Amino acid sequence: MLRITNLHATVADKPILNGVSLHVPAGEVHAIMGPNGSGKSTLAYVLAGRPGYEVTKGLVTFTPTRHPGLEPGPAFLEDGEKKRRVSGQARDDELDLLALEPHERAAAGMFLGFQYPVEIPGISYLQFLRESLNAQRRARGEAELSAGDFIKLAREQANLLGMDAEMLKRPVNVGFSGGEKKRAEMVQMGIMAPKFAVLDETDSGLDIDALKAVGAGINRIMRAPDKGVLLITHYQRLLDYVEPDRVHVMLDGRIERSGGPELARELEREGYAEATA
Amino acid sequence: MTAPFPSRKQEEWRYADLDALQPVWEQFAEPVTLTIGAGESLEEIWLPVADDVQLRRVQMALEAGAKARLFVLNNAPVYGRTELEVSLAEGAEFELYGAIIGTGLSTNEIVTSIKHIGVGGRSRQTIRSVLNGKAVGSYLGKVEVARGAQQTDAEQSVKAMLLDRGATANCKPELEIFADDVKCAHGASVGELDAMQLFYAESRGLDPASARALLLQGFVMGLWDRASDGDAIRNAAREALRKVV
Repeated sequence: MLRITNLHATVADKPILNGVSLHVPAGEVHAIMGPNGSGKSTLAYVLAGRPGYEVTKGLVTFTPTRHPGLEPGPAFLEDGEKKRRVSGQARDDELDLLALEPHERAAAGMFLGFQYPVEIPGISYLQFLRESLNAQRRARGEAELSAGDFIKLAREQANLLGMDAEMLKRPVNVGFSGGEKKRAEMVQMGIMAPKFAVLDETDSGLDIDALKAVGAGINRIMRAPDKGVLLITHYQRLLDYVEPDRVHVMLDGRIERSGGPELARELEREGYAEATA
Repeated sequence: MTAPFPSRKQEEWRYADLDALQPVWEQFAEPVTLTIGAGESLEEIWLPVADDVQLRRVQMALEAGAKARLFVLNNAPVYGRTELEVSLAEGAEFELYGAIIGTGLSTNEIVTSIKHIGVGGRSRQTIRSVLNGKAVGSYLGKVEVARGAQQTDAEQSVKAMLLDRGATANCKPELEIFADDVKCAHGASVGELDAMQLFYAESRGLDPASARALLLQGFVMGLWDRASDGDAIRNAAREALRKVV
């Protein structure tokens, strides 16, 4: 579903990713662990298309599964010419993710859970999410949600995540605690219902109760045969709630080692240096 | 008798569009005067009108304990000027929330002179400008604290967003203080939209133009949060922003 091949990227001319290769098939949750500065967050930003994160080499293909007749694919999936990489490296049924603008990636079903969710004063969460969701729906050729239907959806998702729905009337993330911001990211994910989620340290700054709620949220929203998750984390503890199918260790901008869920426990026990020696 | 036509040599008219002002000067030469009686409150919303040149010149006296709160949107297509001279007696409170949204070749300005005369007065001025094209947006704000007007608390917060290289923001907070136990704060910034906020909005599905429009709305719309009936000014500001973004 998401295939990363020999990805190289620089930030301010400094090489950060040095040949990442990784494949997350539909229906799977993969975890990426690794020490500070190994390139995990850079990978997340590159996948979401953050300006200033320059891809110098490599390919990322994204194949959101479609349900013919139920849900039309994004318009640009049909008119592939513009959006498929000039080199023609991507296959016909794949999206060349790196050729898409950030908002097109969102419409195609990609979601980034931010490590540091951004504050936007003056705009309520409800307005922000409704406009975002409807922009995605328009891009996919779907009907927009009415104000009433949207508020119902937003309340439902907030409740499921254990967040007071009244908070959605406040400006985006302004005055939210670290934990509340992370919970709100998951509420956003619930509302957007993406096909693929890259979650960048969604567990940091969470107490045990919030961690459980967030873990349950990830399972509920993203555990499905047609969805995939890339979970970036420092710690084993989130993986107690969201059992990964594969665990990858990132070091110096490369995947150094991959294994099953037991690899996370080994890392926790022995540290990165030992486990990748 | 009509007041003499202003000149650019006068500081408070330095950035004005005097050519646009000339034909309508007689109509606006004399400021409107307003007195808010002791302990009374006033809240007003000043919406733009349809004219090319729009002036509001008001002298306001706040008597002891009086309160005034003004919400102002300045977006004249040619020249707009909101001019306020406010005096505050003991314990009076004055709040101004002003937006300048300018496009094309327009000149819009908010010029204030706040005189703290009595003890314990409080003034708040919050100005947000969004300018594109070759528009000029200016804020000149003078705060005077008279001898003996102790415990005065005056604040000016002025921010501008320039969307094009040709746009100009002038911003001049000025303080004249003759008392020694006062709080007078002022902050000013001229900037562009925050790159991380833009990326965050785009990552949620908004195309770059919509993301910019949304962030600019946030920049301006926070001004009307305290208006008791802010729908009209909210809609007018939203409409004005649509033309600028």
